Amino acid sequence: MSTIQLNGKSHEIETPISLLELLRQNKVEQPEMVSIQVNGEFVSRENFESTLIQPNDEVDFLFFMGGGSSC
Amino acid sequence: MDFTEDQIQRYSRHILLQDVGVEGQEKISNGKVLIIGAGGLGAPVALYLAAAGVGTIGIIDGDVVDLSNLQRQIIHFTPDVHKSKVLSAKEKINQLNPDVKVITYHQLLTASNALEIIKEYDFVVDGTDNFPVKFLINDACVMAKKPFSHGGILRFDGQTITVVPGTACYRCVFHAPPPPNAVPTCSQAGVLGAIAGMLGTIQAAEALKYLTGVGDLLTNRLLTFNAKTMEFRTIKVKQHTSCQVCGTHPTLTELVDYEQATCEIKQK
Repeated sequence: MSTIQLNGKSHEIETPISLLELLRQNKVEQPEMVSIQVNGEFVSRENFESTLIQPNDEVDFLFFMGGGSSC
Repeated sequence: MDFTEDQIQRYSRHILLQDVGVEGQEKISNGKVLIIGAGGLGAPVALYLAAAGVGTIGIIDGDVVDLSNLQRQIIHFTPDVHKSKVLSAKEKINQLNPDVKVITYHQLLTASNALEIIKEYDFVVDGTDNFPVKFLINDACVMAKKPFSHGGILRFDGQTITVVPGTACYRCVFHAPPPPNAVPTCSQAGVLGAIAGMLGTIQAAEALKYLTGVGDLLTNRLLTFNAKTMEFRTIKVKQHTSCQVCGTHPTLTELVDYEQATCEIKQK
């Protein structure tokens, strides 16, 4: 097991793991709902499967959020 | 600008602030802010900016007040149901602070009117709930070099970022609208009403900070919070040199109306 920082919190996972698998493990069913930063750099959606997370990586899931008025 | 005695009394708690003072209050009173969407976010933004004495407040919204809005859209009251949201908002602002000039636009923001409307204002607040319009606001503000505050809420979560020319824009973070219906809106997934106030007041504070020049704006940082844990985070984000609209070689040079999610828009 290795430790990564996921959304600012320590998280134990088996590495290496692809971003797509990390999303699945965190019950994010639709990758199109999320924008992902790894160590402060955005990863484009088509690279979610090929990007492998290494120990100590900092991963942030940034979710689309609407809200407000249907203007 | 010479303040009357009443105005000095009204704005005394701003004037007392060392960073604001009479000079800062003058900047607020000369300020022009456009609020896009008079809903959950736009309501607290409009009330706080009106209370603060922002000289001109523009409000654009094509909708009418629905009973289901009142749980969070605190500028609208029970007798306002079926009234246009911009008119309802204007009436409350006028009662709260007659110093404020209110300009209403009872229409939707589109690729064809966005630049024309935005150009009249110093700062823009995005209080909309759908992604096509959020991207339109971002692109129009970047193109017109107008600063703006993005805000989003869903269920128990909120997020906001302030974008000024030269800082990371909404498109740097989210690239392109999600496929229609991939992401639920508040009217599909629900939202804790008070979340709208938490997020909207942050947006109002950013607008006042921008007008007065006080403090550091929420730029290059996405603020997110979850009300269940009441944890707040700011995530550093960077401007993308390859961003389609604010990058070094923008490929998006004209505004486009994205396909509107068929979801909630007008199913009442």
